[in-house]
Amino acid sequence: MAAGVAAWLPFARAAAIGWMPVANLPMPVAPAEKNRRQDELIILNVSGRRFETWKNTLDRYPDTLLGSSEKEFFYNEETKEYFFDRDPDVFRSVLNFYRTGKLHYPRYECICSYDEELAFFGIISEIIGDCCYEEYKDRKRENAERLMDDQEDKKDAKLPNMTFRETMWRAFENPHTSTMALVFYYVTGFFIAISVITNVVETVPCGTVPNQKEVPCGERYTVAFFCMDTACVMIFTVEYLMRLFAAPSRYRFMRSVMSIIDVVAILPYYIGLVMTDNEDVSGAFVTLRVFRVFRIFKFSRHSQGLRILGYTLKSCASELGFLLFSLTMAIIIFATVMFYAEKGSSSSKFTSIPASFWYTIVTMTTLGYGDMVPKTIAGKIFGSICSLSGVLVIALPVPVIVSNFSRIYHQNQRQDKRRAQKVQKARLARIRIAKTGTSNAFLHSKRNGLFNEALEFTQLPYKMNLSEQSSTEEEQLLTKSTSLLESQHHHLLHCLEKTTNHEFVDEQYYQQSYLEAGLQNYPSRSPSLSSQDGMTGTCCSRRSKKHHTPLQNTSAPALMQPLTHKHTHQQGLQELSTIHIRPLSTSRSSLNMRVDEPASLNCQSNQITTAIISIPTPPVTTPDGDLTHQNVVKVSTL
Amino acid sequence: MSCRKRCKREIFKFAQYLYRLVTGTLNTDSVEDELELSTVRHRPEGLEQLEAQTRFSRKELQILYRGFKNECPSGVVNEDTFKDIYAQFFPQGDASTYAHFLFNAFDTDHNGSVSFEDFVMGLSILLRGSIQEKLNWAFNLYDINKDGYITKEEMLDIMKAIYDMMGKCTYPALREETPRQHVEIFFQKMDKNKDGVVTIDEFIDCCQNDENIMRSMHLFENVL
Repeated sequence: MAAGVAAWLPFARAAAIGWMPVANLPMPVAPAEKNRRQDELIILNVSGRRFETWKNTLDRYPDTLLGSSEKEFFYNEETKEYFFDRDPDVFRSVLNFYRTGKLHYPRYECICSYDEELAFFGIISEIIGDCCYEEYKDRKRENAERLMDDQEDKKDAKLPNMTFRETMWRAFENPHTSTMALVFYYVTGFFIAISVITNVVETVPCGTVPNQKEVPCGERYTVAFFCMDTACVMIFTVEYLMRLFAAPSRYRFMRSVMSIIDVVAILPYYIGLVMTDNEDVSGAFVTLRVFRVFRIFKFSRHSQGLRILGYTLKSCASELGFLLFSLTMAIIIFATVMFYAEKGSSSSKFTSIPASFWYTIVTMTTLGYGDMVPKTIAGKIFGSICSLSGVLVIALPVPVIVSNFSRIYHQNQRQDKRRAQKVQKARLARIRIAKTGTSNAFLHSKRNGLFNEALEFTQLPYKMNLSEQSSTEEEQLLTKSTSLLESQHHHLLHCLEKTTNHEFVDEQYYQQSYLEAGLQNYPSRSPSLSSQDGMTGTCCSRRSKKHHTPLQNTSAPALMQPLTHKHTHQQGLQELSTIHIRPLSTSRSSLNMRVDEPASLNCQSNQITTAIISIPTPPVTTPDGDLTHQNVVKVSTL
Repeated sequence: MSCRKRCKREIFKFAQYLYRLVTGTLNTDSVEDELELSTVRHRPEGLEQLEAQTRFSRKELQILYRGFKNECPSGVVNEDTFKDIYAQFFPQGDASTYAHFLFNAFDTDHNGSVSFEDFVMGLSILLRGSIQEKLNWAFNLYDINKDGYITKEEMLDIMKAIYDMMGKCTYPALREETPRQHVEIFFQKMDKNKDGVVTIDEFIDCCQNDENIMRSMHLFENVL
C-alpha cells in the first residue's frame, strides 16, 4: 500500500460504514490494537547527523530496512538512537522517500554510491519518481557501458578451451586477436585490391601492334591476366570455404550479405571455366565479367565506413524511393509538355515523349548537354520553367540524405533509450508486482489471519474443537507479526469481501478457475462451498430467493465446483473458504446435504456453526474426504 | 443565422487568417489559462473550534491534520485527489465510482472540494457518532440525489460501485447480475411497505433490527 496515504487509512475505514447496511454477512472483527502506543519519535544517527522522524513514517514500508525489525540491529542502547555508519547526504533522499512516498535521485550524486545506499536500506530503485527516473537511468546506462568497454578489452583474451573452429571464427571476425589473423586480413585485402586493379587495367589499351588497332592489355597479355585472375579467385575461394567452415551457424552465414558478395565475386570465373569457347554464350559470359567488379564490395569487411554508408543508404531507401517517384512524375509532366510544344517545329529532336525524357532529365539536373534544345518559343518557355523547377527538385535529396544520416546516427542512440524503455516496462511490471504483492500479502495473511479471526469470532457461546496438529501449525503462523497498519488494511479488504460475498484471489488463480469453469462441470457439489452462494442472506430470505431464482443457484455452484476440484489437485495451494453460516446440524450427513434440500435448513435456529475447511495438498481428493482429514477444523456447537 | 451573415463571418475569418499568415502570428498560443490552476489555499479553523465541534481530542485532531496536509498540501481535497487516495487502498479493483459517492457525502456544502473541516466533521460522525447518526450518514451516502428516498437505481449504482472495488479476480467470479441480485435482497429486507423506495425511517428501523448491522456499526469505533 502506498505509504503516502497511510494517514488516510482511518478515513477509509470510517467510510466503510457505507457498506454496513448493504452487507448481508457479518463483518470480521477489527484487528486488536492492544499494542498501540502513542506515536513516538525515532532518532536516526547517520554518521553523526541526527535525523528524527515518527515511527509511523518508517513503518509505512515494512519491507525495507528502516521499516522492519532489521533496524534493531543498529540500535544503540546508551544513546537510545539508531546509528548507521553511512553517507548522510544520500540518507536524506532515503528518508524523504519515507516521508513523501517518492524517491528522488540527486543529480550530483554518484550513481554507484547511490545504488549502494539503496541496496543497503533495502529500497528497490524502480520506485524512483518519474521526475528523476530518466536521469537515473541515463547515468546507469553510461556506467554500464563503461563497464562493458572495460570488459570487451578483456573479452578478446583467448579462452582456454576454444575449439579450433571457434578460434578460426574469432580470427576472422576480429583481425586484431592474433598475428595470423592480422596477416590473413592484410593478405586478403591486398588480393582484393590486386583483383580490382587487374580488372581495370585489363581494358586499358596498351601498346599498339603496328598493323592493328589498339588492343586492350587484356587481350595482349591474356595469359598473364588469366594467371592473376586465377590466383585471386583461388585465394577468395579458399577464404570463403574457410569462413564457411568456421561459421557457428552455416545457414545464417550463407544468407548474410557478405557471403553473397563473396559468391558473386568468384562465380563468374568458374562459369567462365565451364563454358569456354562457346560462341553463343560468350556474350553472356562477357556480361558475367561485370560482376567481377563486385569484388570491390569485399572491402567493406575491411572498412567500417563503407558498412555505415551502406546501412545509411539501405535505411534511406524509402525516402529515396519516394523522391524518385516524384521526380518521375515531374519528368513525365515536363516531357509531355515539351513534346507537344516542340511538335510544331521542323527537324526537332523531340520525336516522342520517351525521347523527351532525356531532355527533361538533363535539364532538371542542370546538366544541359545541349544535344537536344527546344526551338519554338513555347518550348523555350517551358524549358526554362523545367530547369528552374529542376533546381528546386535537386535541392531536395540532399537534405533528405543528411537528415536520414543524422536520423540513423540518433537512432543508434535511441536504440539504447529503447532498451532503457524496455527496462521501463520491466520497471512497470515490477511496480505492478509490488502492487500485487500488497494484495498477495492480503491473501496470504488472510489464510493465516482467518484462523485468528475464527478464534475471536467464536468467543461467544461456542466451544472450539480443534484438531491438535493444525492448531500448532496455525499458531506458529499467527505469531508472524504484521504491522498494525497492514492488519488494519487487510481488515478493511476483508470487510469488503464480506459485503460483496466474494473473495479476492490472485490473478493466475482467477484465470485458472475461469478456464476450468468453461471446461468442467463437476456434478456433485461440495456442500460447504455451494451453500456459500446461497447464504447471502438470512436463512429465510435465502429460501425465498431459492424459489425465485432456481437457475442461478444451480449455475453458481457449477462455477465453483471446478475450482474446488482444481484446488485439491494443486500443489501447495491452500485456500480457505470463507466463514459461512450453517444451520445447526453437525452430523456429517447434514453437512453433505445438497442445496436443493432447503427443508433441512433450520431457519428458526439461531445457533450457528462455522466450518473452516482448508483444502490441503494432494492426498485429499473429495470434499467429503476433507471432513475426515486432519487439517479440517470443525467448530461445532455443543 | 442567415446565409449572408454566415458568409460575412467566414470571409472575415479568412481575412484574419491571411493577415496572421503574412505577419507570422498564425500559431500564437491562446492566453495562458494558468490562472485556472490557481492554488486554492485553505487554512482550517483553529484547533479549539474544531475540538468543540467534533468529538475528537486535540491529539487526534493533530494526527488527522498531519495526515491530511501531507497528502493535500493546499489544504483542500478535490475529487481527483480523493479518488487517487481512495484507490490506493484497493489495488485490485476500481474504486473511483465509490470514491465519487463518498466525496459527495463528505462534501456537505457541495462546493466541489473537501476541506479539513468537512473531513473532520464526517469522520466525527462516522467514528464517534451515535448509531442514529451513523445510519443517517449511510442513508445520505446511498441517497445519491438527496431527495430522501433510496430508489432501486440509486442502490444499484452504489452496489455496482462497491463491486467494482473488488476488481476482476474474485472467487467466485463476478457476474453481471450479482449487484442486481444483491440490490434485490437489500430491498426485500429494507422496503417494508414495498413501495419501491426506502425512506430514512424504514432504513433506520430495519437496520436497528438487524443484529449483524448493529454489531458492524461498532467495528470502527477506536480507529483513531
